[in-house]
Amino acid sequence: MFSLRDKKLANEIVSKIKTLNVNLKFMHVCGTHQDTLVKHGLDVLFKECGIDIGQGPGCPVCVTTPKEIEEMLLFAKKGKIVTTFGDMIQVPGEKDSLQSIKTEGWDVRTVYGIEDAINIAEENKDKDVVFMAVGFETTTPMTASVLLKNPPSNFSILGCHRVIPPALKAILDMGELKLDGIIEPGHVSTIIGSKPYEFISTEYGIPQVIAGFEPIDLLMGVWMLVQQVEHGKARVENEYARVVKEEGNIKAQQVINEVFEPMDVKWRGFPVILRSGLKLRDKFEDYDARKRYEDDFEEIANKEFSEPKGCRCGEVLRGIISSKKCPLFGKKCTPDNPVGPCMVSIEGSCNIEYRYAKKQ
Amino acid sequence: MCLAIPGKIVSIDEKKEHAIIDYGDGTKRNANVSLVDVKVGDYVLVHAGFAIQVLDEKEANETLDLFREMLSYEEEA
Ligand code: SF4
Ligand code: SF4
Repeated sequence: MFSLRDKKLANEIVSKIKTLNVNLKFMHVCGTHQDTLVKHGLDVLFKECGIDIGQGPGCPVCVTTPKEIEEMLLFAKKGKIVTTFGDMIQVPGEKDSLQSIKTEGWDVRTVYGIEDAINIAEENKDKDVVFMAVGFETTTPMTASVLLKNPPSNFSILGCHRVIPPALKAILDMGELKLDGIIEPGHVSTIIGSKPYEFISTEYGIPQVIAGFEPIDLLMGVWMLVQQVEHGKARVENEYARVVKEEGNIKAQQVINEVFEPMDVKWRGFPVILRSGLKLRDKFEDYDARKRYEDDFEEIANKEFSEPKGCRCGEVLRGIISSKKCPLFGKKCTPDNPVGPCMVSIEGSCNIEYRYAKKQ
Repeated sequence: MCLAIPGKIVSIDEKKEHAIIDYGDGTKRNANVSLVDVKVGDYVLVHAGFAIQVLDEKEANETLDLFREMLSYEEEA
């Protein structure tokens, strides 16, 4: 439809950046950005230009906590039908994954979206159906709008939705890495617009660009960041204007606010991040699996679950190491036999690194 | 899990809740359009079965021109 693969322009951007002789560290928070960067060799290209770009906590599957996985496993083993996205099913818990208990006969089903899960609930009125609702702002409106339409009473969600801006703040406050710029995720921004990122520029002095997912989008996004750095500016710019509006998708924001309210949650690899999660408002508590099946939860309520042994997903997600630095990468840990979620999810940085390295 | 892909609206149901989207590669699928204001012929971005935004065709067509402009602008600056 829209051709955005202009080689000449791409080369021009690269050669311009090269002449500037920079040494910069950028971060993005999106699996799809990482895919474009690695698939087209842009990560290597940028390195040659003096720019190191890493993926932060930008994969909704990867940042779910070990405990959330155990919660879902527990539901399945209590005889409920559990439903979620394909990637989620393979994420290893302490002993099992949803995938592995499925082969043992528990009812675990992959869905393409929450509407599929609702259909399963309609068709199985005699059973409880739980949907593991993961995803950032891009995905949350889907969960919210379905809950507003009186889903069947045997349906509920295990809420694992998270929001991006507080996680960025957490990374900056932890101070483990010094960032010169952030590439903001195009599809999260489609929903939230540019405003929620502004404090990062004004309070932390960090340049930001909202970027799309074609190679040229990322080249341009990086160019815009470099320009801000060169000119001593820090603000939120929008490279992806063909999709992202300044105000975002207001309808979607309203739907989210009607159904959810902010709460403090843990992210894998992070301590609790203030107001970075979403919980169902009281009005919707019948659909809140954690409340509804409180008794089921009792056995794990106060238990802490640790990350898989040797897995360094936490550091990968905080942007302080690259996947290849993990000693298990490509050895004990591969997509066929993943140790941590970053190798499972097609948006996980270990998985992306492995897939494209193999192809070359 | 959460890619978003562009497609064109072929038809919209009476309740204006769902639409048939043509992804241009021979696949046509149903998507929920309740989060966007759309009409037949619009291009939308679809994520997990929901249209999340209408693509601005004018902006899209001008994207490359705009990029070129930004590059040469910096040269003069
Ligand atoms: S939800 Fe969108 S922005 Fe976030 S990781 Fe997935 S594709 Fe990227
Ligand atoms: S390579 Fe595997 S074990 Fe290492 S950080 Fe990535 S997912 Fe975890």
